[in-house]
Amino acid sequence: MNVSPAEETASATAAGASRTEPVQEMTGPAGAVISPAGYPGYPGYPGSGGSAAVSTAARRAAGGLPTTGAAGPSGADAKLPGAWRLGLAAGRLELAAFFRERQAVVFVFALPAILLVLLGSIYGHDAVHGIHGVTVTVAELFTAGMIAGGIGATSFQNLGLSVVSERELGVLKRLRGTPMPAAAYFIGKIIQVFVCTVAEVVLLVIVGMAFYHLRLPTSPEKWWTLAWVFVLGTVACSLLGIATSSLAKSATNATPIVTLPFIVLQFISGVYVPFNDVPPWLQHIADLFPLKWMSQGLRSVFLPAQASALEPGGSWQHGETALVLALWVAGGLVLCLRTFRWRSSRDG
Amino acid sequence: MNITSADSAVSVRGLRKSYGPATAVDGIDLDIARGEVVALLGPNGAGKTTTVEILEGYRQRDGGTVAVLGEDPAGAGRPWRARIGIVLQFGGELQLTVRELVGQFAGFYPRPRDPGEVIERVGLGGLENRRAHQLSGGQRRRLDVALGIVGGPELLFLDEPTTGFDPEARRLFWDLIADLADGGTTILLTTHYLPEAEALADRVAVLANGRIVALGTPGDLGGRESQDAEVGWDTAEGRRTVRTATPARVVTDLAAEFGGEVPGLTVTRPSLEDVYLNLIGAQL
Repeated sequence: MNVSPAEETASATAAGASRTEPVQEMTGPAGAVISPAGYPGYPGYPGSGGSAAVSTAARRAAGGLPTTGAAGPSGADAKLPGAWRLGLAAGRLELAAFFRERQAVVFVFALPAILLVLLGSIYGHDAVHGIHGVTVTVAELFTAGMIAGGIGATSFQNLGLSVVSERELGVLKRLRGTPMPAAAYFIGKIIQVFVCTVAEVVLLVIVGMAFYHLRLPTSPEKWWTLAWVFVLGTVACSLLGIATSSLAKSATNATPIVTLPFIVLQFISGVYVPFNDVPPWLQHIADLFPLKWMSQGLRSVFLPAQASALEPGGSWQHGETALVLALWVAGGLVLCLRTFRWRSSRDG
Repeated sequence: MNITSADSAVSVRGLRKSYGPATAVDGIDLDIARGEVVALLGPNGAGKTTTVEILEGYRQRDGGTVAVLGEDPAGAGRPWRARIGIVLQFGGELQLTVRELVGQFAGFYPRPRDPGEVIERVGLGGLENRRAHQLSGGQRRRLDVALGIVGGPELLFLDEPTTGFDPEARRLFWDLIADLADGGTTILLTTHYLPEAEALADRVAVLANGRIVALGTPGDLGGRESQDAEVGWDTAEGRRTVRTATPARVVTDLAAEFGGEVPGLTVTRPSLEDVYLNLIGAQL
């Protein structure tokens, strides 16, 4: 239908009447068009369509809540904010939201530290684990493994669960309806994950030092190993978390889809149980995923050099570790790009 | 004179969308002038949400042409998004405060409104530090509106904005929307609630089975204006009603008869709801 200016005026007049009249007739039945002040449609009477249109026009001239963009095409000229600035702002809010969510703080952030204290206490601080005459304390093994688990928790588990709930609750859809660049959302997530994960590692190292005589690495090589295992592991786990979130059909089935594989992997990757105690067939499954390589890399950082003899491969396998983690980063990125959705599956 | 797409906020021709074998939108034409408030009415499944989501750029269409603020939403970028506002139902149990959320959304836009003023205007003044999950349902919907308008949109989409409101909250909400319209914002809203369309809309489009079955001002939709009125009054024997095309004449006669005020006098026309149900009924 084409609207002529005359029709437009007519509709504006009717709108003026319709917008003001029901205010006076709130309690009346819908469609009771006679107004208390006069006859319907009778020009000159207060409350009739004509005068209501005038008052609406006056209100429009006076301006209600002004539309910034309606001022003219200049609205399009104003510069759109950049992705980095918005991403930094989003990261700050993501962090605030994470630490305000008690469930996330307890089950994602604090749980690894609690488990570390618990497992160390159960096995005994001085219990010795060893083969071929090489020994380390169980507490040292657990601390290195639990740091890997902690990285997985604040990256894989945290992102997997939070992205599902943001998708299901429509947060992502709403963001998609704004001019926010998609990159800003992911920059915010990256900041949140990196800050939380660094804090998690620091927390676990402090617990390890306080309870289990964990020593900080002294050689630059070990710090370098810590750095690249941390970065590659965090990125791989984050991407996998986001990719896994796309498998969940609802917020309620996110927990089994995200948390279950994570718990299983922690048991078979040397986090909850010393890797040597895991049956070989489960070790081979663990070999396929990043967590095993992360915990092995962290053992190479926090355990004495001779402990490398305890590894199934007989060495720290830094080359293989870097390769597997890098492959997961690449694969995770492809999976994310292919599967990421801004809307829930219910929403089409 | 025809309005070209450059002058109109929304211009739709022959819009079509199917989901598998089901046709959701079956050839819709619609023009919305700048500054106009248009309500889409229709039963569930009529194609309201699909139509609006195509205009918002959320969904791809199967056929037809669409221009929203002069651009095709299917390929429009960030500058276009900065000129529209979308009010969505808030689901999240978000841990962020009203101030943080409105401030964050303001940051997305090149020329935002002042977040503090927007919070005040939607009636959340004093609740700036309240977290989203601590708000009542009505307060959350006000937050939704704040997030939708803080960018200063030229065109605002409202999807069933007052679902679940009590009458008081609904009235305040209508005032807010009318105020936005008075400020020059073009508004497209969908609603189930007929008094809402009547209170807010310059024009109403009734959808059924993916088509627009009626389009007009709330007053004359479906020939409502020209239909007979019903005059009613009280007599000693009870209530009397007369259907007439000339209600003023009947009232004048009655006034003369009663020598002044007529007890219990009412003049009614078919309500928008009557007209709407007729239109929908004819399609089902």
